[in-house]
Amino acid sequence: MKLRRRQRERLSLWLQYLAFIAVIATVIYAADWDRLREAFFRVDIIKSMFPTIITVALRNTILYTLGAFAFGLVFGTILALMRLSRVAPYRWVATAYIELFRGLPALLVLFLVGYGVPIAFPEREIPGGVFGSIAIGLGLTAAAYMAETIRAGIQAVPKGQMEAARTLGMSHFTAMRTIVIPQAFRVVIPPLTNELILLTKDSSLAYVLGVTAQTIEVTKFGRDTLNDRVNATPLLVAGFAYLVITLPLSQVVRRLELRYAKAR
Amino acid sequence: MTTIQSRPAVEIRDLHKSFGPLEVLKGIDFEVGHGEVVCVIGPSGSGKSTLLRCVNLLEEPTAGKIWVNGVEMTDPDVEIDSVRRGIGMVFQSFNLFPHLTVLNNLTIAQRRVLRRGRAEAEQIARKNLERVGLTDKAEAFPAQLSGGQQQRAAIARSLSMEPKLMLFDEPTSALDPELVGDVLTVMRQLAEDGMTMMVVTHEMAFAREVADRVVFMDGGVVVEQGPPQEVLGAPRHERTRSFLSRVLDPTRVAQLGQPDQSPEPPEPPHLPADVRHNL
Repeated sequence: MKLRRRQRERLSLWLQYLAFIAVIATVIYAADWDRLREAFFRVDIIKSMFPTIITVALRNTILYTLGAFAFGLVFGTILALMRLSRVAPYRWVATAYIELFRGLPALLVLFLVGYGVPIAFPEREIPGGVFGSIAIGLGLTAAAYMAETIRAGIQAVPKGQMEAARTLGMSHFTAMRTIVIPQAFRVVIPPLTNELILLTKDSSLAYVLGVTAQTIEVTKFGRDTLNDRVNATPLLVAGFAYLVITLPLSQVVRRLELRYAKAR
Repeated sequence: MTTIQSRPAVEIRDLHKSFGPLEVLKGIDFEVGHGEVVCVIGPSGSGKSTLLRCVNLLEEPTAGKIWVNGVEMTDPDVEIDSVRRGIGMVFQSFNLFPHLTVLNNLTIAQRRVLRRGRAEAEQIARKNLERVGLTDKAEAFPAQLSGGQQQRAAIARSLSMEPKLMLFDEPTSALDPELVGDVLTVMRQLAEDGMTMMVVTHEMAFAREVADRVVFMDGGVVVEQGPPQEVLGAPRHERTRSFLSRVLDPTRVAQLGQPDQSPEPPEPPHLPADVRHNL
């Protein structure tokens, strides 16, 4: 018996669903749920982590992330403008910086800022203590990535925008600031969100600076609790803490994009 | 500043412009008087847009001198931003700022460049929106306007800076045919109000009725200029005649093939696309 095209397609689809369900069911059935719960989901441990995980750890993770993002955004914008400058040495410096810092592990840069700067300038301190060191240490790497994104955004703004602004008597700087860059940022919101989410997770590198009970962030807090209780539950809690940041963030950005869609 | 009165609005002497090895302008001498409306016509690639863009220094001339309202634009030390305030420009692709409302498109340069307060800037903006018939579109974003409305908003944006000279670079070439009329009406009104205008256009009817003088360019030089009835009605040069016959009756040319031409570069076959809004 020969099946017709639509029948064949429907049959094939059902077979795919069945295979998918079979795989899931096998995993669920085969797993040892009691032991899994014992290792990863001890309610008493979860309870013991509150409220510190929110009031200290999550708060610090957010602060470190925002600090690094703000530093990276400002510095990255400057680098992007230098890359596009008519002044050749600016272009060289920016290009060299971007190539160098994109190639270095964020951990290494953070370490160099955290320990190198105090050695180089023993009289001075990075403002903001651990927070400042992390914002700068992670921000230096983030700036290199963001610079390339922002440069692409600036170049995506039609040349006529700059011409129209200059024709109205604006200086190059004013035209950039009020006309070109605002449009460029609308273009690069999605990739910058990506960078923000990556930074959220990179903030876990803060441990190399030796955080205290006051400056601890989510991952370190999870690992410390893990060592205390000899149980992996804290890692699961830490993972959820990150989702508490990143999932709403995606929603906010989606809203932002919709709002700007009208003005594009 | 007696110079402003004694010198023409635009004065161009022996202007040359090259893009790499390609010489686009080959020695232009040209003037626009105060209150004069000059239409520049010519085949695509003739250098007419480049000439216009040299006047406000969007293109840097390779050689030659340009004065606008008595100020030498080609002086390396010219305060370009302050001179450009007095020169409005309207582009083929409108170039409204898409992230700002129409009203803010009209106020941003007034506030940032002329340092006007918000209330004053908005009052001037609304006056100019009224002038181009867009009073009800002040709060709209450019993307919500038709092409003709966008171009009229762009004209109003330029006028809000109260320029002494307006440059138009093929202002209706990107518009659907039924929207061209509104823009030309605004331009005609502007001409009647005494604005000094330099218009690069393919709209021969507009040139004939509104221009004080028509300039025909081809191959990077001014071939012929004079009152519209002379240049358009009784052209003296063969190149002008051949251009006008192709522009005014494109289908006939397609049937007959290339008519006799001067030794200047023959015009590419895509010309009719450029002149579709004629008559």
